[in-house]
Amino acid sequence: MSDFPFLSILTVLPLVGAVVVGVIPRRKAELAKTIALVWSLVVLVLSIFMWVAFKIDGDRFQFHESYQWIPSWDARFTFAADGIALVMLMLIAVLTPVVILASWHDVDGDGKRSAPVYFALLLAFEFTMIGVFAAADIFLFYVFFEVMLIPMYFIIGSFGGARRQYAAVKFFLYSLVGGLFMLAAVIGLWVVGGHTFDFTRLLQSVGEIDQNTSRWLFLGFFVAFAIKAPFFPFHTWLPDAGGAAPAGAAALLVGVMDKVGTFGILRYCLPLFPEASRWFAPAALVLAVIGIIYAALLAVGQNDLKRLVSYTSIAHFGFIGIGIFAFTTQGGTGSVLYMVNHGLATGLLFIVVGMFVARRGSSLVSDFGGAGKLVPVLAGVLFFAGLASLALPGTAPFISEFLVLIGTFTVHKVYAVIATVGIILAAAYVLWMVQRTTQGTLNPALEEVPAMRKDITLREKVVVAPLILLLLLLGFYPKPVTDVINPAVQATMQDVGTTDPGPTAVTANGRVAR
Amino acid sequence: MGDLKLPAIDYGALAPMLILFGVACLGVLVEALVPRKSRHAIQLTLSFLAIIASFVTVIIEHGTRKITIGGAVAVDGPTLFLQGAILALGAVSLMLIGERSMEKGGAFVSQAAITVGSQKDLRQAGEQPGATEVYPLTLFALGGMLLFVSANDLLTMFVALEVFSLPLYLLCALARRRRLLSQEAALKYFLLGSYASAFFLFGAALIYGFAGGISFGAVHDAVANPQRSEVLLYAGLALVAIGLLFKAALAPFHVWTPDVYQGAPTPITALMAACTKVAAFGALLRVLYVSFEGVRWDFQPVLGVIAVLTMLVGAVLAVTQTDMKRLLAYSSVANAGYLLVGVLALNEEGLSSTMFYLVAYGFSVLAAFGIVTLVRDADGEATHLSRWAGLGRKSPLFAGTFTFILLAFAGIPLTSGFTAKFAVFGAAVEGGQTWLVIFGVISSMLLAFPYLRVVVLLWLSEPGESTPTVSIPGFMTAAALTIGVLATFALGVVPAPLIDLTRDAAQFVR
Repeated sequence: MSDFPFLSILTVLPLVGAVVVGVIPRRKAELAKTIALVWSLVVLVLSIFMWVAFKIDGDRFQFHESYQWIPSWDARFTFAADGIALVMLMLIAVLTPVVILASWHDVDGDGKRSAPVYFALLLAFEFTMIGVFAAADIFLFYVFFEVMLIPMYFIIGSFGGARRQYAAVKFFLYSLVGGLFMLAAVIGLWVVGGHTFDFTRLLQSVGEIDQNTSRWLFLGFFVAFAIKAPFFPFHTWLPDAGGAAPAGAAALLVGVMDKVGTFGILRYCLPLFPEASRWFAPAALVLAVIGIIYAALLAVGQNDLKRLVSYTSIAHFGFIGIGIFAFTTQGGTGSVLYMVNHGLATGLLFIVVGMFVARRGSSLVSDFGGAGKLVPVLAGVLFFAGLASLALPGTAPFISEFLVLIGTFTVHKVYAVIATVGIILAAAYVLWMVQRTTQGTLNPALEEVPAMRKDITLREKVVVAPLILLLLLLGFYPKPVTDVINPAVQATMQDVGTTDPGPTAVTANGRVAR
Repeated sequence: MGDLKLPAIDYGALAPMLILFGVACLGVLVEALVPRKSRHAIQLTLSFLAIIASFVTVIIEHGTRKITIGGAVAVDGPTLFLQGAILALGAVSLMLIGERSMEKGGAFVSQAAITVGSQKDLRQAGEQPGATEVYPLTLFALGGMLLFVSANDLLTMFVALEVFSLPLYLLCALARRRRLLSQEAALKYFLLGSYASAFFLFGAALIYGFAGGISFGAVHDAVANPQRSEVLLYAGLALVAIGLLFKAALAPFHVWTPDVYQGAPTPITALMAACTKVAAFGALLRVLYVSFEGVRWDFQPVLGVIAVLTMLVGAVLAVTQTDMKRLLAYSSVANAGYLLVGVLALNEEGLSSTMFYLVAYGFSVLAAFGIVTLVRDADGEATHLSRWAGLGRKSPLFAGTFTFILLAFAGIPLTSGFTAKFAVFGAAVEGGQTWLVIFGVISSMLLAFPYLRVVVLLWLSEPGESTPTVSIPGFMTAAALTIGVLATFALGVVPAPLIDLTRDAAQFVR
């Protein structure tokens, strides 16, 4: 079964789906939605098979496939996945059908906008996302890294809320700027790394790059990934994009697309430029810690629900950042787990917020108030999503946040302590948001809105149920995921050339890390 | 005095040019002898046949590597590749030039000499069919370009420069609408072009003084082993370069570009943006690589500064434009900067990647101007940016096509714009010119903004009252657009065949 070309089929499948859905005429919107949903479920099933076929104690990179593309540059269609990529692929495969179902009525009742196009764009976005995580050829990775902007640009620009044009352009330009820095670094790496783009071959040849060049190349990649993630101070596009995008697309944007940044750092920056990574680590840690505190403070002050969730994400990316640059196995495993859990938790939060926004017709916190009296179940789901987002014990994000903090504490006590303040702020922004929207006295204006009287529908229950289940399941029993992540993270840390300090280096599942 | 011995002439190697010049002369006779009504069809067919025949001879000669006709013409890999590129791009331009279904009588005026704004002029703008002299003029221009990229000495190069420039000056003045703008463009182009030619000629004279010969081989030997003052060499090189930089529209010699691109009939703008670029860079490559390779350390930094200046000027000024043709003109200036980055790699990679870029960019820019000819209202083409607002709602197919081309210009992967940029930047890093790549990347960031602004305008803005319609393209424009878009896509997704072709061709004879 492991010879089955999982990754190439997984990559191409959503693209075919996007084309199929895209050519359906506008009046057959229901058909387009159904096909899109079924298609994304097929992708999910295939990824589950892939997950099962993945051997935990096997090679670092599995499902390797390689096809010739541009021989004179040695660019190839090479796909391979390590544990980190595998969990990210799984996350996309889970989130896409959920988002498609959650966005079912997003484009209804609007003569100007075409539902088939919207769902085709969602599938096209899934295609680029899978491609970017599955690629093991830097040229191919770069291609997907840039192309993924285009579907998201049109999703935000054509289907977003107020200020969508501004947000779409800002999103595109920020990402493109990062991408172009990376392009320069990719070209440089190709020239000094022996005229190949193959990741495993580059791993062997990067040792010969001189220190100065290596640092510059690291910087080129890092800036691109820091903008994508986003880390402070490159974050300003995210609140605009997340605020303007339709809620479902925002869940994908923040839940998956931004992970490309942190994934890229783990996959490319650290192993390819180990010395530079160590050299830049203090700066990256400082940025990450500033991001945690700064974004959390901004989140507390937000009056727009979608922007608020975007700011919480920036704070969370700060946690992922310190976990990565602590260079301990616990920190690294925690970060990767954080990437998954954050995708689930923030995805859920965005989707639930989207349900509120769709009912109220506004995303301002001040337009709500006491909504729990009208829609008690939905308010409960929002409360749960909020708790998961602030990493309450029992929900999955708690484990990852805890791992990140102990992984960091063993080597950088000060950063870990400051980051802990972020947890307190997280409680503040989440609980205050929940309180202002769903608790307290009922906002009289809210009663005037007929849609607000309708509690969670069956479709919405189906949307939130898998995410809630996964958050609880991984909160109590993360072993299936950590087992997949751990070897990949250990290999990455070995590439960086750091060893875990002393006896405290015990991983989540009790194994002593090397 | 003994017998004058004629130099050996390889007619096969010269055939591509001979065919074009011969048919162009035939075209002049057609103008004189054939009744006006049937001229258009005959001229168009003749021109296409000439280009196809010429292209076929280029393919037949693909293995030729020789210097012929007394050392005046060098037929080698780059020559044949660039000639093929000029002919292919020229054929697509000719499709745009020959289109008559969107506007009665085509894009060209019937009698350019009539006073602008007079009753007679209004009448001719409305109904009379356009001048068919454009076809022989186009063939002369293309023939001159073929000679320009194959010239093996400075004088032949100068003659070729004039042969392809003069028809272009005339063609610029022949727009059916906005006659004053068109005439102004032609005059500007002519005056500035003459200066550039004069610089070139003066430079050639100085280099002759330095090297004692004008063939590139002789200059190369003299550079390697100088016998006379090197002041002559550097002054001559600088002046020759100015002439070529002018044709290639590199800053600070680019100022004519926006005015001429805007004023010229759009099909001619397309011809200039695609074919003239190939010709100018082809000649620049030959001069720098063949003759002056020995003083590369002297001119590389100077031309490097010019490349940076060109990229930045093109990108920054493109941001401020409000007219589509001017925007595309500044974008072509910036692209000339990227091309120069490839040239300055000064290695085989640089040669092959520049040739690849020329072809990739040529097809994209032809498609872009092809779409500009489609967006029109009662007064002809509507080129003001504000008029394009909301076009995506009215005609999603053409807005989508244009968006794709703009993404190619912005260098987004899966378009030829990306592979081409990657190729030249890669060559430049290889050639030790990393600083040029850094500036190239920075200017790409700036340049993305105007493109994105147009995309926003097309798709995300509400259509205004004055949003023009997109004409149904005639068969030829549709074919030109299809070719341009397909080439842009194919060279982005499967660039390997063309890259291999450029690599095989990347060897000059000396």
